[in-house]
Amino acid sequence: MRIALSWLQEFVGLRESPDELRAVMDDLGLVVEGIEHVGAGLESVVVARIDEISPIAGADRIRRIKVDAGHGPLEIVCGAMNFSVGDHVPLAPVGAVLPGGFEIAERRMKGVVSNGMLCSARELGLSDDHDGLMVLDHLIAPVVGQPLLEALDVVPDVIFDISVEGNRPDAWSVAGVARDLATRLGRPLSAPTLAQPNAGAVTSSVAQAAIEDEELCGRLTVSVLRKVVVGPSPAWIRRRVESAGMRSISNVVDASNLVMIELGQPTHPYDLAHVAGQTIRVRRARTGERLETLDGVVRELAKGGRGLGDTGVDCVIVDGDDVVIGLAGIMGGASSEISQSTTEVLLESAFFDPMTIARSAKHHGLRSEASNRFERGVDPQLALRAVARFVAILRESVPDLEWLDEPIDLWGVVPELPSITLRDGDVERSLGVAIDEDVVVEILEGLGFSLRRSGRDLIVVPSTARLDVRSGAAGRADVIEEIARLYSYRRLPRHTPTWPQPGGLSERQVLRRLVRDVVVDLGATEAWTPSLGSDVDFELLHPQLRRVRITNPLTAEESVLRATMITGLVRAWVRNVERGTGDVVLSEMGVVFTHPDDAKIPRPSKGGVQGAVTLILPNENERLTVILGRELDDALSAVALWSVLAGRLGLADVVVRSLKEPVPGFHQTRCAELTDRSTGALIGHVGEVDDELIATLSGALGGRRLGLVDIDLDALADQDRVIRRSQVAQIPSRYPSAVVDLALVAPESLNAQDLANALRTASPLVESVQLFDVYRGATLEHGTRSLAYRVRFSSPDRTLSESEVSKVREHLIEVAQSTGANLR
Amino acid sequence: MTSPLANLQSQIDELLARIASLESLEALRAAEPSLTGKRSVLSSLQKSLGGLAPEERSDAGATLQGARRHVEIALEDRRVELAREERRIRLQADRLDLGDVVVQSVRWPATVGHRGLVPSTQRELEDVFVGMGFTVADGPEVESDWYNFEALNIPPAHPARGMWDTFYVDLGEPETVVLRTHTSPTQIHLMELALAQEALPIHSVMPGRCYRRDTPDARHLATFHQIEGLVVDRDITFADLAGVIETFTRSYFGSDIESRLRPAYFPFTEPSAEFEITCTICRGDGCRTCSQTGWIELGGCGMLDPAVFSAVGLDADEWSGFAFGFGIDRCAQMRYQIGDMRALIENDVRFLGQFS
Ligand SMILES: [Zn+2]
Repeated sequence: MRIALSWLQEFVGLRESPDELRAVMDDLGLVVEGIEHVGAGLESVVVARIDEISPIAGADRIRRIKVDAGHGPLEIVCGAMNFSVGDHVPLAPVGAVLPGGFEIAERRMKGVVSNGMLCSARELGLSDDHDGLMVLDHLIAPVVGQPLLEALDVVPDVIFDISVEGNRPDAWSVAGVARDLATRLGRPLSAPTLAQPNAGAVTSSVAQAAIEDEELCGRLTVSVLRKVVVGPSPAWIRRRVESAGMRSISNVVDASNLVMIELGQPTHPYDLAHVAGQTIRVRRARTGERLETLDGVVRELAKGGRGLGDTGVDCVIVDGDDVVIGLAGIMGGASSEISQSTTEVLLESAFFDPMTIARSAKHHGLRSEASNRFERGVDPQLALRAVARFVAILRESVPDLEWLDEPIDLWGVVPELPSITLRDGDVERSLGVAIDEDVVVEILEGLGFSLRRSGRDLIVVPSTARLDVRSGAAGRADVIEEIARLYSYRRLPRHTPTWPQPGGLSERQVLRRLVRDVVVDLGATEAWTPSLGSDVDFELLHPQLRRVRITNPLTAEESVLRATMITGLVRAWVRNVERGTGDVVLSEMGVVFTHPDDAKIPRPSKGGVQGAVTLILPNENERLTVILGRELDDALSAVALWSVLAGRLGLADVVVRSLKEPVPGFHQTRCAELTDRSTGALIGHVGEVDDELIATLSGALGGRRLGLVDIDLDALADQDRVIRRSQVAQIPSRYPSAVVDLALVAPESLNAQDLANALRTASPLVESVQLFDVYRGATLEHGTRSLAYRVRFSSPDRTLSESEVSKVREHLIEVAQSTGANLR
Repeated sequence: MTSPLANLQSQIDELLARIASLESLEALRAAEPSLTGKRSVLSSLQKSLGGLAPEERSDAGATLQGARRHVEIALEDRRVELAREERRIRLQADRLDLGDVVVQSVRWPATVGHRGLVPSTQRELEDVFVGMGFTVADGPEVESDWYNFEALNIPPAHPARGMWDTFYVDLGEPETVVLRTHTSPTQIHLMELALAQEALPIHSVMPGRCYRRDTPDARHLATFHQIEGLVVDRDITFADLAGVIETFTRSYFGSDIESRLRPAYFPFTEPSAEFEITCTICRGDGCRTCSQTGWIELGGCGMLDPAVFSAVGLDADEWSGFAFGFGIDRCAQMRYQIGDMRALIENDVRFLGQFS
């Protein structure tokens, strides 16, 4: 909200500099986002007439201009071309300091002395226009030598652009901001000039009004003004309206806007002659009703919409024929608009239910200055006071204006003001410091709250301008916030609390960190690929899955929640290859999503209004995906990475088992699943990226091999699914270990790790079994390969004898045979 | 004179037979010019049509065109078939039993890895808070309207919803499921859990990914990361909140960085505050980043609103608490003076490689 300093000063005396005031307002939570100095630096700029234009030898971008600014001819060098002899333009004489601090000095260009500068509107800070000089003849009847500010009727002022928080309905007005400043600075607050009804005729003799829905409309006042002459507003009113960022339209509309900005009460003037039956009523819109609003859009009313809370309730103003003439509190219709010929005005000043206005404005996508205020809660007591101010302002241009006696004043349901009990010690319990009761009283009374003592308690009733203040415990918090705010947050103490409970990470978080560290230590660079992708990308790997779709995506490229990180990472890798930096391992730990209809275990959640409904939400699965894209990386690199990771994580026994069935994103014949041997739980997959996926994402890179590891962190973190090595330390035997190498010919169908496991568990003496060579060749029977294992074994209590060693060896061979593998 | 197309049928049949007998993509590519290309019988027939009278020529042209399409389709079908077969053979030849890998002998070049800027910043922040006695909790990214808004005292259609540009998920009734717009819904989960397990008090921080429907620019991304703090305990005051913010600020940003609070509005806290810290670029002297004020906004905080207590069923007479939240990405941006946040999601290893 834009507020002029001069306007604030009508309510409260302010001696502070704009920067000092900014600091005060910031500290009050009225954050100043910008300060504009209107007319600053223009004090010495005057109106000059162009008398002569001549070229300068050797220069085609600048010309020699002779002007008169009231003190005889003056020579200026100027680069603009948009003027001719006889035009009037602003002249900044030597010594002037323009907005932004630019000081005008005598300058010599191409041998010509320039005694000042002719200015564009932008150079003067008056508008963004910098297409040449500001030619004044288009705007005013200029007088040579007149100060520019006087000529343009600009009064130097300071405008604060204040961001108003959602719980400050009162601060949407000059008076409200002034009240905060007056309370904080301990200064008196002045009241604006108000008019009195003066027509000698009662309102009800010429106009009627009714509230048909008391829930929607808490108060409806109707005033009638006669002898209205529609015309321009006086300069000071125009300046006020424009200082707030609005356009000056006519004296009647300007008065309405001025009152709204000044006091916070929107009012709506109708041309009485065009209101059927000279009657307005407020009611709920009925299905099928329509209204063409002032913005030219035809609105269908009383139509429920999408989403929670879109009830379709519209509060409307209807005329004596029961025809809708306005969307109450949001925007009027065109039919009864004020025009040049209006002589009698019906002025509506009302209170509407904030939530109804909020819902209706949201439904129609129609926010106005009025709806912004009504949806936050306009002071219900303000309606007639605002009319009195309106009349006082309109009288400035219409001295004979008549305001009919006894304005119609109807009441519906207005929010009841809560009585909040501030118990002794409440402030200290919340803020951690006791604030003097005198100070508390001064603050709350300054805000217009009424106070009553009840034993040691203080009963606080907020002002009607503060409908944000709630009842009960919430209201107490609201009141304490006001006390703290006016007292200043910066004066409150700080204390760092301690508690006996230890801090720390969960096991899941420790696991996450370890996984990341291992993968990064192994050479991976962590990427961040989008959680939202396109339908096309989704379909690449998961044509059969249902999509979790965004209802209102920003772009089609980001409209579906990802079901895998593989596509995103391959894309990221492709882009790096294109930049010549593709020799890289990329990893990402993140969440992928499954549609509830495809999820194995549903994820129920509280939902709906007041959490009364159970919703099934998409499953979220945290995964680690690694793409190995270095020059010779392939499935083997992926297995190596996994095996280091598994070792660091202390997994007891996870088997790498090649798959016949294709896995989305993986190369069809170079993919293995990772399963815990004892629980059978699936932990993830290793292998290579699907060659077709690479070719699809980059034709040029088809044929490149990319290692791929994709791990389910939820499984990895689940102690019931994945068994860890025992935490009990094993002391290695002090006696020498025997080492036996066994080359076993095994059918392709026998997994090498299963065979290793069979050997490992064959005897309690076995320490370790390690595959060290694999051989496939013509010398072996078709469909078999030779697997060479190194088996170490030992006894904890003696050195094994040669016969014991060979016995164990024999046993190992027997065990191998029982699985289908034979000594080579 | 006989029509040049008199033998067309048998000529086509012969072409189709040749196509069917092609045994590899290579053979197909080699044969293509003589099947449908310049050296094909189709092309010479085309040329011979030049000798016909104009009216005959157009009929014969159409006939020949139809025949050509027929051959071309057969060729394409064969190409797809051969490609599929060759891929099958290639995949079979490619087959690796990954259970057989001798890990010790896999080639493994030494490569320097790099932690992601966001996760490593998140870790630093977590460590600061763990040192102050906080635990770390996680929450889901897809939430119901209730957790993301209503339990946080932001009822449907409330004007305060304008503070969050929300992505809705197409599930259930319209606008009942959202991508969380902040980490605050995790507070609600945490309080519900603590109540159910009688595990109060709570001193936790909750980092996580959030979403806002906001076109990305140099300063904002539609996907971003926040860290939320929640304390629910006995006799917790605003002074404790200010103390925690101050201790955090100094230990994360440095002992010369100060914090200050100013009034703000968040529906789920009351009193609420925005917290600012000394500008880390100019150290308080004033610069472009801080609009010459010497301060930059970091996040929001406040005492838990009684409405939130009642939404989760906590007794506001027994318990009190505070919450705070700020951007993880923003902390990274400030620490590394990142001029354009979009660099974070572009995954250019020249960018990522700058961070340890
Ligand atoms: Zn700075």
